[in-house]
Amino acid sequence: MIRPHRTHALWFAFMLHRVSGIGLALFLPVHFYMLALALTDPQQLDGFLKFTDLLLVKCAEFGLVFLLAVHMFGGLRLMALEFLPWTPRQKTYAATAVALAFFVSTSFFLQAL
Amino acid sequence: MRGSEEFLDVSIWRQQDGDGHFETFQVPRRDNQTILDVVVWVQQQADPTLSYRYACRVGMCGSCAMMVNGAPRWTCRTHVQKVAKGNRVEIAPLRNLPVIKDLAVDMDPFFDKWVAADAVFEPSQTRNDPMAPITPDDPMRIAASEAIECINCGICYAACDVVASNPDYLGPAALNRAWSLVNDSRDAGQEARLDAVSQGGGCHNCHAQQGCVRHCPNELNPTASISGLKRATAKSIFGWGA
Amino acid sequence: MLTLRLYMAQRLSALIMAPLTLGHLAVMIYAVQGGVSVAEILERTQGSLAWFLFYGSFVVAVAVHAAIGLRVIMFELCGLKGVMLTLFGWLVFAILLGLGGRAVWAVTFVGGGL
Repeated sequence: MIRPHRTHALWFAFMLHRVSGIGLALFLPVHFYMLALALTDPQQLDGFLKFTDLLLVKCAEFGLVFLLAVHMFGGLRLMALEFLPWTPRQKTYAATAVALAFFVSTSFFLQAL
Repeated sequence: MRGSEEFLDVSIWRQQDGDGHFETFQVPRRDNQTILDVVVWVQQQADPTLSYRYACRVGMCGSCAMMVNGAPRWTCRTHVQKVAKGNRVEIAPLRNLPVIKDLAVDMDPFFDKWVAADAVFEPSQTRNDPMAPITPDDPMRIAASEAIECINCGICYAACDVVASNPDYLGPAALNRAWSLVNDSRDAGQEARLDAVSQGGGCHNCHAQQGCVRHCPNELNPTASISGLKRATAKSIFGWGA
Repeated sequence: MLTLRLYMAQRLSALIMAPLTLGHLAVMIYAVQGGVSVAEILERTQGSLAWFLFYGSFVVAVAVHAAIGLRVIMFELCGLKGVMLTLFGWLVFAILLGLGGRAVWAVTFVGGGL
């Protein structure tokens, strides 16, 4: 594909939004299935929850929360762009969105350690 | 220094009836040379069968738009020294449009979508009515004026990834014009226009990647116009606004 | 590819999910303090209408939002069109609604295992 016309911050914001969306969409059915085990097989769910104490899993959770925060703040940025009076400060907003996302997922990670 | 002339390595897209390919030419480098100068030199000195378009050659008409090293630009306003990678330049026809021959594309789909977006003025009065009293500081007029300088060069259309992936997508230029007409208080066709930009190829497909904003030589903002259309169509669901 | 209706459904479900997501994140950050077990979760959520409504509406909103989002991606990246595209969207919606509803039920239903 043609690269040069895509080398700007807002294209990355779009791509990040799309990739995080796909990641979350793949994660959710698994998440829902695991939770429903509370009904059919609580012991398996308990075992899995203990498994989440592992550092590796905590890192994966950090990644998930990052995806969620990125997707949400990116989406809110997009809706602000669309529905609020337009101001040409989009690069600042995009950067702020990612920064907030980092902050949220980092605090999650730190709390969980 | 006459003896040591520098040359550019220019790859130009050649196509006639079917698949195309890049051909390389050695073009003498000159001061203040533009990409259009390069293309003209090739056609006049190296290969007279090269087809391309230009008209004003001073950055007013938009006819010379092509892909230069992967980005859509007016070639008459693109200095070689600004875009050349070392001494290599790649020139191709505008993306997202069918190629007629070499560097000349068929602009029909671009203009067909202009009409399909209802980006056409619908009069509400006749010559016998008094002139519409629109002041320059009217907010709607300001919004329309910000979008109105489009000269239909097709660069935004070539830059847009949504155009590339959705054949029905009306594209930034057509939607930008539609928005300028939504803000024209003399226009009588607003309902039909909002409907036209709400179909499968309408404004709601824009992802706000803003390739159009980045590349428009007239510094227009089709993304802002398309956002305006999104607001206008959303309001129309609830019966708010015109 | 989006029409006005799909676009509005996408945006509205996103708006609904913004506060729900922040709430969920806050709950999770609080809940994973000192580890988490099924018993700990269930003793707080079972029989609770509030949690049922909270996560129930979350599931409905995400099912709508993800189905439309994936529809756009399938269209743009894979060129899926027409009836197949619509069926795909409904399939994603059904899977997320079904699995999600089941999970909400599992966590808020009083009475334990089947």
